Amino acid sequence: MKILKLIFKNSMRHKLRTSLTVLGIAIAVIAFGVLRTVVTAWYSGVDAANPNRLIVRQAVSFIFPLPYSYLEKIKQVPGVKQVTYANWFGGIYIDQSNFFARYGVDADTYFNVYNEYNIPPDELSTFKKERNSCILGSDLAKKYHLKIGDVMTLEGDIYPGTWELAVRGIYTPKYKTTDAMQMFFHWDYIDERMRVEMPGREGDVGWYVVLINNAANSGSISNQIDALFKNSPAETKTETEGTFQQGFIQSSSAIITSMNFISFVIIGIIMLVLGNTMIMSARERTREYAVLKTLGFSGKHLAGIIMGESLVISILGGLLGLLLTYPIVEGFSQFIPKGMFPVFEVKTITVVLAVSAALLVGIIAALFPMQRALRMKIVEGFRFVG
Amino acid sequence: MTEIIQVRNLYKSYWRDSIEIPVLNNINLNIKEGEFIALMGPSGSGKTTLLNLISGIDKPSRGEISVNGTDISKLSESALAKWRSSNIGFVFQFYNLIPVLTAYENVELPLLLTKLTKAERRQHVETALNIVGLGDRIDHYPKQLSGGQEQRVAIARAIVTDPIILVADEPTGDLDKNSASEILTLMERLNKEFNKTIVMVTHDPHAASKAHMIRHLEKGDLILEAV
Repeated sequence: MKILKLIFKNSMRHKLRTSLTVLGIAIAVIAFGVLRTVVTAWYSGVDAANPNRLIVRQAVSFIFPLPYSYLEKIKQVPGVKQVTYANWFGGIYIDQSNFFARYGVDADTYFNVYNEYNIPPDELSTFKKERNSCILGSDLAKKYHLKIGDVMTLEGDIYPGTWELAVRGIYTPKYKTTDAMQMFFHWDYIDERMRVEMPGREGDVGWYVVLINNAANSGSISNQIDALFKNSPAETKTETEGTFQQGFIQSSSAIITSMNFISFVIIGIIMLVLGNTMIMSARERTREYAVLKTLGFSGKHLAGIIMGESLVISILGGLLGLLLTYPIVEGFSQFIPKGMFPVFEVKTITVVLAVSAALLVGIIAALFPMQRALRMKIVEGFRFVG
Repeated sequence: MTEIIQVRNLYKSYWRDSIEIPVLNNINLNIKEGEFIALMGPSGSGKTTLLNLISGIDKPSRGEISVNGTDISKLSESALAKWRSSNIGFVFQFYNLIPVLTAYENVELPLLLTKLTKAERRQHVETALNIVGLGDRIDHYPKQLSGGQEQRVAIARAIVTDPIILVADEPTGDLDKNSASEILTLMERLNKEFNKTIVMVTHDPHAASKAHMIRHLEKGDLILEAV
C-alpha cells in the first residue's frame, strides 16, 4: 500500500458526501466555463482583428458619417496600401427578430482589404457588376435557405424604403473567428437612392477601412490621417481595428465585468463547498491523525494526506465539470442568435483557468485542516470528541 | 537485566485557562528490559499521562525520561516521531484501526515510514499477523472483524516494526471476557517469547495480574509497589 492509496480511500470514505462535493465542483466549473466562454466570445472580434487594418470614423461618434471626398486624401498618406469604405445599413429582413449585420460596401475594394472571406471568383465578379446584388455569409444563406439568384427584400430604417437585392455570392469564412452571418451589398446602390430620395445624404460614408503596409506604423499613420481633417466639419478618429472593436465592447463593459465577477465568485463558492467538506473530514479524523502521528507519521505526512484528499476531490470535480462543459456550451450556442458571436466555443484559456481554479480550490480548501493537523498534539487528538 | 526505562523527577501539569493542573508529581520509575508492568489507579490518577510520556507522545513539564539510552524529553517533535516509529509499539483501548484499510494495510502503515521494499514489508506484515493468529484475515476490513480480532490486528501493527517496548492503554477495556483473555495471553507471549518490554495501563485486576509488576498511581503520585 502506498500513501496515495490511503488518500484515495479516504476521499471515498463518505461516498455520498464526496459525490455531492464533486458534483458541486463540477456544476461550478460548468458555470465558470460557460461564463468564461461568453466573455471570450465577446472578445473574439478583438482577438481576430487584423493589426494591418485601421478604421477611420467620425471623431464625435461612430453614428455620424464622413464625406466620400476623404477617400482620395487618405489614399495619399504614406504607408497606406489600400482604402475601402462601408456603411451600416440596419434595416429589417422579414421581421425584426431576424438580426444580422448588413453593410453597404465598396464592391471593388472591400474584399481586397478583407481577405478572410472566401468568395468564388466568378461570384465575386458577378457581384461587382450588378449594383443591386449582394454577397451573404454561408451561415446566413443556410439559415434562411437562400441560394444564388434568390432575391432578398429589406425594409430600410436608416435608409428608408424597400430594398431588393439579388444574391450573387456566398462566402465561406477563412478563419474560425470570421463571422459567416453577414450581408454585403453595394454602397453605390444606397448612395444612388439617397441622391434621389434624400438629397443631402449622398456621399455619406460610415467609415473607412485602411490597409497599411506595416502594423508597426499604425500609430503614426493614424495621426497623419486625423491631422488631414483637423478643424474640418467632420474630424476623424483613426484607430486600429482591434481598438475599434474594443470600443464596441466597451459599451457592454458592465455586462462583461459582471460576468467576469460572477465567474470568480463561483470559484469562491466552490472553495467554500470543498473547504467545508475538508474541514468536516479532517474533524472526523482527528483521532486517526493522532494515531498516525503516534505511529511516527510527521505533521508533513498528515498535511500531504489532507492536501492529497482535497486535490483528489477538486480534480475529479474539475474534470467532470470540464467534460460536461463542452456539450453544454455546444447546446447553449444553439440558443444564441446566429451572428451574435462569430466564435462560441470553449477556448484553451478557459480550460486552463478552470483546471487552475480547481487545483487552487483544492489547495486552499486543504490549508485550514492541514494547519490544524500540523498543530494538533497527539494527546489532544486522542481526547477529541467530534 | 538492564534498565530500559528510567524516569527521574517527572512532573507534568496541564493548563486550563490560567489555572495549572498538576497531573504527575515527582515520579521516579525504573523498568528493566523484558519486564511486563501494569500501571493501575483510579480515573484521573495520571496512568495514561505517564504512559504517554514514557512512549514519547507527550512531553514532561519537568524531569527526565530515558528510554533505551535516549533522553526523549529533549527530542524535537520530528525526532520524537522517528524515535517512536522504531522503538515503541502502541496498543489502544479502542484499537484505533483505520476503517478504510484492510487488516494487512493497517499493519503495514508503520512500515511505510521505513525503507523496506514491498516484498520485505509483506513478509513483516504476514509474520506479525501470523503471530497474532490472523494470517487468514489479511483482506478483512475492521468492520468485518470482532473486537478481539481488531485488537489483535492492532497488536500486529504494534509489533510489525519489532519495537523493544510495547505500551498498552487499557487493551482489554473494550472487550468481552474471552477476547480479553486472548489478548492478555497474546501479550504474555509477546513478553516471554519475543522479550518485549510491556507497559500496560489497566483498571482490571485480572489483566494486571498477568504483569510481573504493578505500579499504583493516585492523584499523580506513585504510591505503591507490589510484585
